[in-house]
Amino acid sequence: MRDSCNFEAVQAKVAALRTDIVRMITAAGSGHPGGSLSAVEIMATLYFGGVLNYDAENPKAEARDRFILSKGHAAPVLYATLANAGYFPREELTTLRAFGSRLQGHPDSLKLPGVEVSTGSLGQGLSISSGLAYALAFPASAQSPTVFTLLGDGELQEGQVWEAAMFAAHYRLSNLVAIIDNNELQIDGAVSEVMDVRDISAKLSSFGWYVLEADGHDVRALYKELTTAKAHKEGPAVVVAHTVKGKGVSFMENQCGWHGKAPNAEQCAAALDELCAPGEAALSVSDRPADREVV
Amino acid sequence: MSEKKATRAAFGETLVELLYEGVDVYAVDADLSGSTTTAKLAAVAPERHLNVGIAEQNMIDVAAGLSLAGKTVFTGSFAVFGTGRVYDQIRNTVCYTKLNVKITPTHAGISVGSDGGSHQMIEDIALMRALPNMRVLVPADFNSTKAALRIAAATPGPFYVRMGRANVPSLYPDTGGFELGRARILREGCDVTIVACGVEVYLALEAAELLAAEGIQAEVIDAFSLKPLDAATILASARKTGFVVTAEEHSVIGGLGEATAALLAENPGVAVKPLRRIGVQDRFGTSGEFEELFREYGLDAQAIHDVVVE
Repeated sequence: MRDSCNFEAVQAKVAALRTDIVRMITAAGSGHPGGSLSAVEIMATLYFGGVLNYDAENPKAEARDRFILSKGHAAPVLYATLANAGYFPREELTTLRAFGSRLQGHPDSLKLPGVEVSTGSLGQGLSISSGLAYALAFPASAQSPTVFTLLGDGELQEGQVWEAAMFAAHYRLSNLVAIIDNNELQIDGAVSEVMDVRDISAKLSSFGWYVLEADGHDVRALYKELTTAKAHKEGPAVVVAHTVKGKGVSFMENQCGWHGKAPNAEQCAAALDELCAPGEAALSVSDRPADREVV
Repeated sequence: MSEKKATRAAFGETLVELLYEGVDVYAVDADLSGSTTTAKLAAVAPERHLNVGIAEQNMIDVAAGLSLAGKTVFTGSFAVFGTGRVYDQIRNTVCYTKLNVKITPTHAGISVGSDGGSHQMIEDIALMRALPNMRVLVPADFNSTKAALRIAAATPGPFYVRMGRANVPSLYPDTGGFELGRARILREGCDVTIVACGVEVYLALEAAELLAAEGIQAEVIDAFSLKPLDAATILASARKTGFVVTAEEHSVIGGLGEATAALLAENPGVAVKPLRRIGVQDRFGTSGEFEELFREYGLDAQAIHDVVVE
């Protein structure tokens, strides 16, 4: 963890990630923009704010912190982050979901460096992260790597998440940090209407977690809470990040219809107009190797 | 056939042996560590035994997480919960990511007995066989269970090892001679091939005795490795006898019987007579004692004998 954070640099990455996400999902013709765009600042703060200890040149370095994307359908934000971090060429992003691509519809750790474990079936990441955190903390050491995992708020409807929440607190996994991308929407509508998860912070607190909250689009606030969570050594910590689904693209914001739908060329252009990314080389949609239809 | 022991009794004992041999072994159980015997590992290395409580989904994925850090991890619980309830965790995390997790629940099959149909898992082999990257071992006695667990520990990647609650006769004097993908011929004969797995192996040997008294020489094969299946051994025996009967304490759907059926269908002319399958005939189990259940479900030595002479 760095002592200080270059927030301007993180903010520049935020812009780059958003344009990459829009372009790659447009190129793929399918994918999940809403929950990818809501998690951009979270991912940028982890990877470019110095919170997560990693080495893209040596993706399996033993001392690295681990990041596990429990909400695997937000693969585009993970891929954009990993590419910008140097795990693989940014040009590869437009192969998203294509036959033969390492960028599978949901993250596949056997194919892509930087992906710690394959995810996509919701509710499993916190359990996996807990087992991994336990193993990394034994034998106990002040240098134990930290395991970060990102869940959606809708994902908290999966019962297994609460099995894991009990487990992590029971075994006092102080090298485990969960992040909730609390965008309040899921495919079928508002989380509160589909199946209300109610007070996430109170729930996790009562399960024995150290609970922090942050504006999930404020990189300074995220940096403060994520570093506090990482430093917490009394048990597992969670940062509930309040976010906006589809953040940054006005017509996608707070629209559950954009959970799993790709923009067309016109919508992509409109989105990119809003997402100015000065100084960043933009990926072209026409980089796509072959046009195809995805159902 | 001498002393009787449950295959599950080999589980905890083998975990402790592996630990003392230097294997970085962990067990994750779900409030059944006394029954599964993983408690034996907890007794000598409590930090290597994680009890997740009654939370099987978490059990599988905690094991997955441990394996990501390079550990060799065995899961517990009963087969009905440890495979069926957690199929998605096994599929999407353990097998899809090809993790070094050994799915090793106990109390498989109707030999669970008095707990009844809710606890008698008869589809586990079908579920586990269908998964890419999964290997499936169904040992028949205490020593072969030890061997199966050792093979699983020594071979990277997902395994399913099926264990039972009932005490069964010892068939092997030691743990030697077992290999992934290799069946073992326990009795040679020229009239019929009985391919069995798990508890049915000793019942097939008993059936072979009954048949021998009537002048029918049965060859009994222990299909210890269901996936990969030892096609060469089974086909060679089928070629010799011309008649194959399978026997498993599992549904006839998706288990050893269907695996053998596929093998014979893909190698036409090897067996002269149609394949016969001993197994649970697409129904659930029920409460009862071992012998009455095996009689009711047509799994005992007499049932195997009758199918052969029919």
